[in-house]
Amino acid sequence: MMSNHGARLTQGQFSYLPDLTDQQITAQIKYALKNNWAVNVEYTDDPHPRNTYWEMYGMPMFDLKDPAGILLEIDACRKTFPNHYVRVTAFDSTRGWETPRMSFIVNRPTRESGFGLVRQETAGRTISYTVRSYATDNAEGERYRR
Amino acid sequence: MTTIEGAKVDPENEQRVDLQAELDSSNIQEVLDRLDRELIGLKPVKTRIREIAALLLVDRLRKQFALSSQTPTLHMSFTGNPGTGKTTVALRMAQILHRLQYVREGHLVAVTRDDLVGQYIGHTAPKTKEVIKKAMGGVLFIDEAYYLYKPENERDYGQESIEILLQVMENNRDDLVVILAGYKNRMDRFFDSNPGMRSRIAHHIDFPDYSAEELVQIAKLMLADQNYRFSPDGEQAFARYLAIRMGQEHFANARSVRNALDRARLRQANRLFARREAKLTKVDLMTIEAEDILASRVFLESSRHGNSNTHR
Repeated sequence: MMSNHGARLTQGQFSYLPDLTDQQITAQIKYALKNNWAVNVEYTDDPHPRNTYWEMYGMPMFDLKDPAGILLEIDACRKTFPNHYVRVTAFDSTRGWETPRMSFIVNRPTRESGFGLVRQETAGRTISYTVRSYATDNAEGERYRR
Repeated sequence: MTTIEGAKVDPENEQRVDLQAELDSSNIQEVLDRLDRELIGLKPVKTRIREIAALLLVDRLRKQFALSSQTPTLHMSFTGNPGTGKTTVALRMAQILHRLQYVREGHLVAVTRDDLVGQYIGHTAPKTKEVIKKAMGGVLFIDEAYYLYKPENERDYGQESIEILLQVMENNRDDLVVILAGYKNRMDRFFDSNPGMRSRIAHHIDFPDYSAEELVQIAKLMLADQNYRFSPDGEQAFARYLAIRMGQEHFANARSVRNALDRARLRQANRLFARREAKLTKVDLMTIEAEDILASRVFLESSRHGNSNTHR
């Protein structure tokens, strides 16, 4: 039985919901800016859950007052990488936090390939499990095609 | 019968909106009044600001009737000599546009060429874009904008910055208002060589020089802000000072007045310090006397010039 129809990637906030509209993204970013978090845009075509560090699209954006500028950057990233995963993260530099406080996906490939479960039999019939992305069989940049 | 007559009345004309209520709810009158109070002179500037405010207010009412019209372009150019209040007015403009909900945040980002143009190939675009992103939701104020365009150097990166600005001014009209500022004649030359820029700017506002009386009024306002005041003699002396100073070169209107007052405060402090055996009152500490003004180098130089002229 297929447990995740369409193999939707579920990472970060709102990933079980339908894709956010630009208006909803704007509202989320507004919240981040209100809290003085630095927002940045990242992309990858290797969405393994343990791949924490995605590529940064441009510099993190400090000292912004309005989400419009970030939306501009998101659109530019979507245009450059239409078939990559793109996410927005908001970094809180407050001492004691110093960590991303928000992270959500704003762009997905048209066809998501999902992950396979690999079972490896080791000593004494023990099974060790690992998750691998079907997409990573191909080289970087050729993983998600229309 | 009556029902038939009633039906003839166009329902669109029945609905009324209240311009006064809209004005009151926007608090715009308060900002305009403050503009009148705190900015001396500048008649044409104030008139234009009132016109813009009226346009935006009427636009808001039209929206209530679903009379859609394109968002008006509000990019502006402020031309005038130094110290005529361009930056101050830009700051007020940001507030006014915010009250009228034309911009979302109402902050002012003031930049010059250095903040927009990079040092090497590929540096300019990200730099300009970063500034634009910071200004979104508010007003981008580019001081001495003509430095962006240097025709004598064809490899200058300023042109790249101008092109990005043009694109944003056209496509993101809802997100930010761009105000270019600078000397009149150099701005005119800048617009002549960048017709795209000229056509995207709807409001060209010229800031006139202040008259001597206006400058004295400005000086009094500046002093009042810092809890100082002129003695009657002091005010006369300052008027005489201005009459001479205005004829000299590098006179920068209100900015020169500010500097002159700063020096007068210095001399006042010195004068009080020299007579420190006498007890001082609060009024003494607040008052700028004629001698604080008359000790200025401006009087010295003018008298020397006068003498040399008579000698000749």
